Amino acid sequence: MGYKTIIGLEIHVELSTKSKMFCGCKNKFGKEANTHCCPVCLGLPGGLPVVNRQAIEYAIKAGIALNSEIMKNTRMDRKNYFYSDLSKGYQISQDENPICQGGYIELEEDGKTKKIHLERIHIEEDTGKQIHTDSGDTLIDYNRAGVPLIEIVTEPEINEPEEARMFLEKLRDTLKYIEVSDVKMEEGSLRCDVNINVLDENTGKRTNITEIKNLNSFSAAVRASEFEEKRHIELLKKGEDTEKETRRWDDVENQTLSMRTKGEASDYRFAADGDISDIDVDREWIEEIRRNMPELPDAKKERFMETYKLSSYDAEVLTAARDIADFYEETVKYNGEANLVSNWMMGDVLRRLNQDDLAIEDTHLTAKYLADLINLVKDKKINNNTGKKVLRDIFETGKDPETIVEEKGLIQISDQGELEAMVSQVLDDNPQSIEDYKNGKDRAVGFLVGQTMKASRGKANPQLVNKLIVEMLEKR
Amino acid sequence: MDLTKLSAFEMKEKLHKKEITSRELIEAHFKMIEDRDDGLNAFITLNKEEALKAADRVDEKIKNGERLGLLAGLPIGLKDNIITKDLRTTCGSKMLENFIPPYNASVVDRIVEADGIIIGKTNMDEFAMGSSTETSYFGPSKNPIDLERVPGGSSGGSAAAVAAGQVALSLGTDTGGSVRQPASFTGIVGIKPSYGIVSRYGVVPMANTLDQVGVFGRDVSDAVLMMASITGYDEKDSTSFNNPEGTIIFSSFGGDIDEDYLKGMKIGVPVEYLKDLDQKIREKMDENIEILRKLGAEVEEISLPSLEYSLATYQAISSAEISSNMARFDGLRYGYRAEEYEDLDELFTRSRSQGLGDEVKRRIMIGTHLLSSGGQKEIYERALKTRTLIIQDFHRAFEKYDLILSPTTSEVAFKFGEKSQDPVAMHRSGSLSVGANLAGLCAISVPAGNVEGLPIGMQFIGDRYKEANIIKAGLGLEGGRKIGL
Repeated sequence: MGYKTIIGLEIHVELSTKSKMFCGCKNKFGKEANTHCCPVCLGLPGGLPVVNRQAIEYAIKAGIALNSEIMKNTRMDRKNYFYSDLSKGYQISQDENPICQGGYIELEEDGKTKKIHLERIHIEEDTGKQIHTDSGDTLIDYNRAGVPLIEIVTEPEINEPEEARMFLEKLRDTLKYIEVSDVKMEEGSLRCDVNINVLDENTGKRTNITEIKNLNSFSAAVRASEFEEKRHIELLKKGEDTEKETRRWDDVENQTLSMRTKGEASDYRFAADGDISDIDVDREWIEEIRRNMPELPDAKKERFMETYKLSSYDAEVLTAARDIADFYEETVKYNGEANLVSNWMMGDVLRRLNQDDLAIEDTHLTAKYLADLINLVKDKKINNNTGKKVLRDIFETGKDPETIVEEKGLIQISDQGELEAMVSQVLDDNPQSIEDYKNGKDRAVGFLVGQTMKASRGKANPQLVNKLIVEMLEKR
Repeated sequence: MDLTKLSAFEMKEKLHKKEITSRELIEAHFKMIEDRDDGLNAFITLNKEEALKAADRVDEKIKNGERLGLLAGLPIGLKDNIITKDLRTTCGSKMLENFIPPYNASVVDRIVEADGIIIGKTNMDEFAMGSSTETSYFGPSKNPIDLERVPGGSSGGSAAAVAAGQVALSLGTDTGGSVRQPASFTGIVGIKPSYGIVSRYGVVPMANTLDQVGVFGRDVSDAVLMMASITGYDEKDSTSFNNPEGTIIFSSFGGDIDEDYLKGMKIGVPVEYLKDLDQKIREKMDENIEILRKLGAEVEEISLPSLEYSLATYQAISSAEISSNMARFDGLRYGYRAEEYEDLDELFTRSRSQGLGDEVKRRIMIGTHLLSSGGQKEIYERALKTRTLIIQDFHRAFEKYDLILSPTTSEVAFKFGEKSQDPVAMHRSGSLSVGANLAGLCAISVPAGNVEGLPIGMQFIGDRYKEANIIKAGLGLEGGRKIGL
């Protein structure tokens, strides 16, 4: 018996629809402030909302991917409060009749699976964005006002901060897969609040729930949860309780700070938005969306293990993102080397992408190039190390591997006579190594191979060089 | 010839026959506005320069024999809660005293497309909250029939301008009777169309599930002409009705009286509306019922029990919606901003405290309370249920009757100050009219004679989207009275 941490998450996800939730303005991030605005999203008097069908479709897609029940009838409500980034004095959201009820995400931990259930998914509009200037002014950019959001609310079923990270990663990957959002935390298209409290299993006492806001990365969510977990447990140990409050994560100080206690929380005065009639979701439409859904990560992982004979780990990594999985399959289509392609992708390719924080489609590397490169190595035209250099060159220059190999003269030297001459020269230059070898120090071979490779500027066939050195040492 | 005394149809005819130009017509109306130095105060903002330019364009079209819109060359007034691009739109409030919108309401686009000439923006109760124009930040309008009396409200400026010949036609908005009551008080025709028939895009909402743009004309045909020009589906308004069947009679109403308009029409008079009705008004209604019978209508008393609760229901629902709709006037993006404030909350509260009038604040406070879970939310929720009962009662009545009849108002135009200190009495002034708004029905107020020298209207309520019935009844009664039935 000990302490049990109870975490629930509220995740806001901006949908990557063409236009905003209730008007025709473009839904685009990073444009000049207040250039994608109209009377509707600016909240000018007389503006009226018209529901974006694509946003409803995306919310349904998310619901299907997250195993939720899609409701036949759903209603938009007004959430009334005053804030500078809220152009109408109310946010159009959903209260009693959200578009999706229930659902779950399955997590795999130490070979065991655990379902984290969802309470609901609802649709709402984003607010504008405040910009604080150095001179102390607050400016407001309404480009974001009216961008469609879904809010995903989990049941309080997460019991460890790390589990929260796993959930968030899986959620992000899934939403990215079905292409309903960019899910970029740094651009704010995915935002997460944590609700956390702790149960003392000995006494049955629970602390009051703390809500944590201002989490700008998954790691922040984990660290904030860990911080709060500790704080709650320490208070429990002292026989005290937490305040029912909202706290803010300070990423620099690595701690949470109180924002407001729930006693001051607003009453949002929810009421149906009469400007929008209730939305009846056609069953056939849902089925059509379901039919057109892409293969989801879990199913794809199974298939990769089956079709390509990959390990569970490799399949998991390669299917975590749709672009990577697609790239893998396309590469294998070119050269049929499921295992080699997996090794190359899991190694140098993904390392490079992570290191430069790049999406694969934003690099020069194509599936055809990678397939050809792997073939060059497999056919021993170049050695493995040269292959890695060629891959780097592809990333830098965008040239195809054959051209790089040709231009740089990287074709592996497998010519017996040419190599013999090289080895002979190396042996002449290193009499000490010959002596070492004769004295039974096998390590000398490795040194001599290295010297020969260096002399060939890496182009020599290493296996052949090795063989020749042993043969020629014996003759000396 | 006094051009301002003509009906819109007569103006149209003279324009088409090139007997007059639109410029002459528009200038005559501006002269009427400027000459009436008895201070009708029907307008908040005039649009003279643009109006004359638009008139010249219409004259050019006429000269070239180009196709003309329904409203070509006619002088039109717009209630000042209807958004006009580059033309100040105040809603009768200090909050929007200097607000010049960057866009047009859909109805304004339609008027412009129909070649109508916008003369100016008419006075109104602040944000349409009131029944007399006395809550306008720009001072009240006067009733042209009796300058000591109110023209009604909230669309009082629009009614006064039509009644006084300052415009031929005008638009108002009707949330609980705000077109019909001023029509009744000033002796003209007012129509509140069914909810969804006219686009609300660009019409500053008071209570958005009750609001509907309505029209004023000096006779029924003129009002129908105005209405025909602004109705129709608008994709910018999700509550816009997509396929009105049999809604509008577009044929010309030249003035011939067709007694058949009312033949066989079944008209019910709710007993709930007759309770406590002033004797003189009751007698006036009976006189009009006799005319309707002579024209072939069957008139009988009916009961719609839920109507007893219509005013209370209206007050709860409208206040709740008002509290939310008024939230965007926070002083931040447009409108009045307090000069001194320490922080954001103070900016909001001071701008709203200083920029909004008492009646508006009163309703915001009531509505906020009604939506608060710590307040009286159950009252709001009960009002939503009662609204359903009212809709059902009307629905049952329309299974048997084509129309429902009552006086438009339970009183004639009252004097300034008589009610402005008593908000409850002022609210009660909508008791006969709010039912149509709660149920989304169409209704017309038709001049039905005078009581003690002041005009009073009869109200015909028609089923949703059955505008044809109220128009026929209006034409019938108007014609019947004209020939002295």
